[in-house]
Amino acid sequence: MKNGQNVLRIQEHHDCAFVRRVEQQSHQKVSQCYQCGNCTASCAFTDDYDFPVNQIMRLIQLGRKETVLGSRAIWLCGQCQACTVRCPCTIDVARVMGTLRVLALENGYVADKNLRRFADEFLRSVSLFGRVFEAGLLAAYKLRSGTVLSDMELAPELLKKGKLSFVPHRIGGRREVAALVKRFSSAL
Amino acid sequence: MRIGVFVCRCGTNIAGTVDTQAVAAGALASPDVVYATELLYTCSEPGQQEIQNAVLTHRLQGVVVAACSPRMHELTFRRAVEKAGLNRYLLEMANIREHVSWIGQDKAANTEKALELVRMAVAKVRRNEPLFGSQVPLTKRVMVIGGGVAGIQAALDCADAGLDVVLVEREPTIGGKMAKLDKTFPTIDCSSCILGPKMVDVAQKENITLHAATEVESLSGTIGNFTVTLRKKAVYVDWDACTGCGLCMEKCPSKKNPDGFNEGLGAAPAIRIPFPQAIPKKAHIDRSACRYFSTGKCRVCQKICPVGAVRFDMEDRQVVEHVGAIIVATGYDLFDPAAYGEYGAGRYPDVITAMQFERILSASGPYGGHIRRPSDGREPRDIVFVACVGSRDKSVNRPYCSGVCCMVIAKQAILARDHLPEARCYVFYMDIRAPGKNYDEFVRRAVEEYGVQYIRGRVGKIYPKGERLVVQGADTLLGARVEVDADLVVLATGVEPSRGARELAEKLHISADTNGFFMEGHPKLKPVETNTAGIYLAGACQGPKDIPASVAQGSAAAAKVLALFARDSIATDPQTAHVMEKVCIGCGKCLSVCPFGAIQWKTLRDGTKKAQVLETVCQGCGLCNATCPPKAVQLNHFTDDQILAQLETLCA
Amino acid sequence: MPMSDCVAYYPGCSLEGLAVEYDVSTRAVCRALGLTLVELNDWNCCGSSPASLHEPMLSAALAGRNLLLAQENHLNTVMTPCPGCLKALKGAIKIRDSHPEALAQALGRPLSEQVHAVSVLQLLYEKVGPEALSRAVRRGFDGLPVVPYYGCLLTRPQAVARFDDPENPVSMDRLLEAVGCTVPDFPFKTECCGATSGITRSDIVSRLSGRILDMAQRSGARAIVVACPLCQQNLDLRQAQAEKAMGTRFGIPVFYLTQVIGWALGLPQKDLGLEKLIVPGDGLLPAREPPEPSES
Repeated sequence: MKNGQNVLRIQEHHDCAFVRRVEQQSHQKVSQCYQCGNCTASCAFTDDYDFPVNQIMRLIQLGRKETVLGSRAIWLCGQCQACTVRCPCTIDVARVMGTLRVLALENGYVADKNLRRFADEFLRSVSLFGRVFEAGLLAAYKLRSGTVLSDMELAPELLKKGKLSFVPHRIGGRREVAALVKRFSSAL
Repeated sequence: MRIGVFVCRCGTNIAGTVDTQAVAAGALASPDVVYATELLYTCSEPGQQEIQNAVLTHRLQGVVVAACSPRMHELTFRRAVEKAGLNRYLLEMANIREHVSWIGQDKAANTEKALELVRMAVAKVRRNEPLFGSQVPLTKRVMVIGGGVAGIQAALDCADAGLDVVLVEREPTIGGKMAKLDKTFPTIDCSSCILGPKMVDVAQKENITLHAATEVESLSGTIGNFTVTLRKKAVYVDWDACTGCGLCMEKCPSKKNPDGFNEGLGAAPAIRIPFPQAIPKKAHIDRSACRYFSTGKCRVCQKICPVGAVRFDMEDRQVVEHVGAIIVATGYDLFDPAAYGEYGAGRYPDVITAMQFERILSASGPYGGHIRRPSDGREPRDIVFVACVGSRDKSVNRPYCSGVCCMVIAKQAILARDHLPEARCYVFYMDIRAPGKNYDEFVRRAVEEYGVQYIRGRVGKIYPKGERLVVQGADTLLGARVEVDADLVVLATGVEPSRGARELAEKLHISADTNGFFMEGHPKLKPVETNTAGIYLAGACQGPKDIPASVAQGSAAAAKVLALFARDSIATDPQTAHVMEKVCIGCGKCLSVCPFGAIQWKTLRDGTKKAQVLETVCQGCGLCNATCPPKAVQLNHFTDDQILAQLETLCA
Repeated sequence: MPMSDCVAYYPGCSLEGLAVEYDVSTRAVCRALGLTLVELNDWNCCGSSPASLHEPMLSAALAGRNLLLAQENHLNTVMTPCPGCLKALKGAIKIRDSHPEALAQALGRPLSEQVHAVSVLQLLYEKVGPEALSRAVRRGFDGLPVVPYYGCLLTRPQAVARFDDPENPVSMDRLLEAVGCTVPDFPFKTECCGATSGITRSDIVSRLSGRILDMAQRSGARAIVVACPLCQQNLDLRQAQAEKAMGTRFGIPVFYLTQVIGWALGLPQKDLGLEKLIVPGDGLLPAREPPEPSES
């Protein structure tokens, strides 16, 4: 196992409540997973994961809450559904991964701060205007994440093609939308 | 009536959650019950003895045994009461195990329910009447449906014992799947060398009648006396005349048709003998490929046939066979891998099935036994085998293990390394299932001696890249995604019930499990029986099986038939329907619902028509009983009176 | 035209910015093929993946508000060109079917069971179809080899998409063949391009998009045709990044399906936003001018 955890005391680290929570919230039964590895084989992001998907499923089965919620993998998942479509046990694996993100956020584990920042800026933009204001969102995210220089080479091209609008579109129902965001998210 | 009640503890099986003593005590309050007791194991020798003693001591006229399911031990207790001088139909069982103790934990509620079931059984036995079956002669012929290795074994064993055997095969030749195999695991002996002589035996035995290219159309009758209607399909060649010389195959101008025997690899003429060792070795015309049938012109085969055997006007015809027992050995089919779009079978010619690879390996196969890629005929350097394609996969509705594929792959990888010592073989597997004798050792040989690389993980995708294929899978032991470049990919497709198995089960009145395999009489103790007396199973039609298990079942089914035929007559079951003529209004509804054709018209002297039950044909299903508007049809041992008495007791 | 033949149009935020050409070409193609689009008045963002980080009702409510707008306009079919938005709309519909009261409570009004969502691909494939499309072609592509790239979400998972095959979809293939393109086998039709990681992890997107561009080149395709704004950005805008990561040059234009169909229908370049592509595709477009329509 990665992260130097090569000895595991099965009972000590088994968090039953965590397993139940994942199963309830994702409506999936992780005990159905028999570790064939098809999710890992099909996942475009396996190269970048700290734990491949099949190991995430195994860690849930073993109730390893901290390892699972602290993993980088759950933040990199692109929700492309290849794992879900091909799972021979008919587990909606992508949904399990999505559920783990929500639980990680709720429990204060966020391995990928940038993704969290981007998501926050995104919803802020939605609350302000009712729609996403792309130029504003990108600028705000780049500033907050300290990654101003990445992707800079794309900017001139976008400006030349007139693909970035500098005036946000404010919709009439933006207060209504902001209320929805406020009511159903813990972020803002 | 004097009734005795025996409540079984079944060790702790029943007594664990039912107060059996209280049930016995409560039963004494039911009318006519003069004796009630609990027993530790009622089905045991002392248990049966207790019943017999009580019948004599207490002069019992009816017996209720509250124990397990009647499917388990009704016959045991019927025999026991018979020994004590009672008619066997004066026994009733109350199922307080499967229906009570095994399904509920609440002891008080269980005890109450058990007592209710006992009271109902008492109410019924009070109205039971002695019934007597009659003896009818047996037809000592057996029909075997399916001419694969299991059916061949069953047919030969029965024939060796002197029985007349009717062997029915859907395809134009017997041999089944085994005839297509190159070698067999774990001994690597040649499949056709060991099957061939058995096929020849079938042809040579005078007491085996072989109907090839024939299907079962319908069945009537019961154990000892079945009537089977067969449909012999038009093969457009008179097989009595055909000598199997093969001249027609040479001259047929329509040559490029998919060769079914070679799994679509290679081509076959429209008129053909399936393979050189076919039994019967007779030609048949594939109508969809024949020029005469599509254009009305050609007739080359007819003109050149030295014995004038070709008959374009041939039609299907019916044949009726009378037999006393039937062995079903319809085998299996292989899963169609097109369901896995991500593997590209059908789109990419070098993604093939294990059965196709079997034909490639075979010296009589499409490439003469040289391993080549279907796409360009090149020898493959890297061969990837993929296990569990259509096995253990709920997403394609095949949740079960096919049992044989692990061994098939190990064998094929070994053979590939034998044929092409330079080739590298890779196997993607989930678990290796090799529990047979010398099986696991065989798989280890593939790894250790033949250098086959086993990779623990499923394959996600197969795609072409240039001339080769990329197999994208996982190595779960490493926790990595892996890619293997391959020239040829072999998919070990799973075992599924033979096409048409469900329809055949309906015709034969046998049952199939959720996956479509035929149901055995008992999962442990009646592996080759069905729930229909006189019909037996052999081979993969009952579930995935390898050759030794199929052969063993073929012999076992034959032994069952021989035991049945060891007597000269058979007792009919008196639990049949009968018509009360005075009540019958002659509406004919019972005739139309009877699935067995067991009811016919009878004309009385005054000319009025009444329904009449043929007792030897009736299966006692009760449809007529339920349908009859004036309730003139009654089912013996399940009369309306008896059932209503049970309900009244329950509702009282 | 009766309202029942009209389709509610939900462009989504991308189509106002980075994918503006997808918006104009979708409108132009639908107009040309007799499909009346009614843009939802005052539509809002569907929430996209950031909303899925919170409780499921956030996504459902944001997307559901748009479905309500359609319902109030008496329109049952909501079409969106963006598969990400489509996923959000279908997610809201799923919650409407499983927990109708909870959604009604969140939105303040119940959402009718009649309202459903489709992609522009599904609309063109099912309402127009390859045959009718081929009859409407005025500038055929004359066998130009192109590969369709469907991306992850258009056909997956099957229970949600209920359209085409999840592993080897063919609807876009058929539409492209109808306008005269040749469509070679393309094994990466539904491989992931990196999706939303573009902003936070452009290294991942470069690698994954590079893989797709490489396979397209190997298949002999001169262009890639997509139906997703995110896919287009990852393959077109970030093609230079992918080239750098792979150490090669692709130079493969990435068209929206509606741009290719629009050109074949004889629509003018300005209606299709072709000048907005980063990797120019003009050289591949059949130059022949359409004959003057006789009936006008």
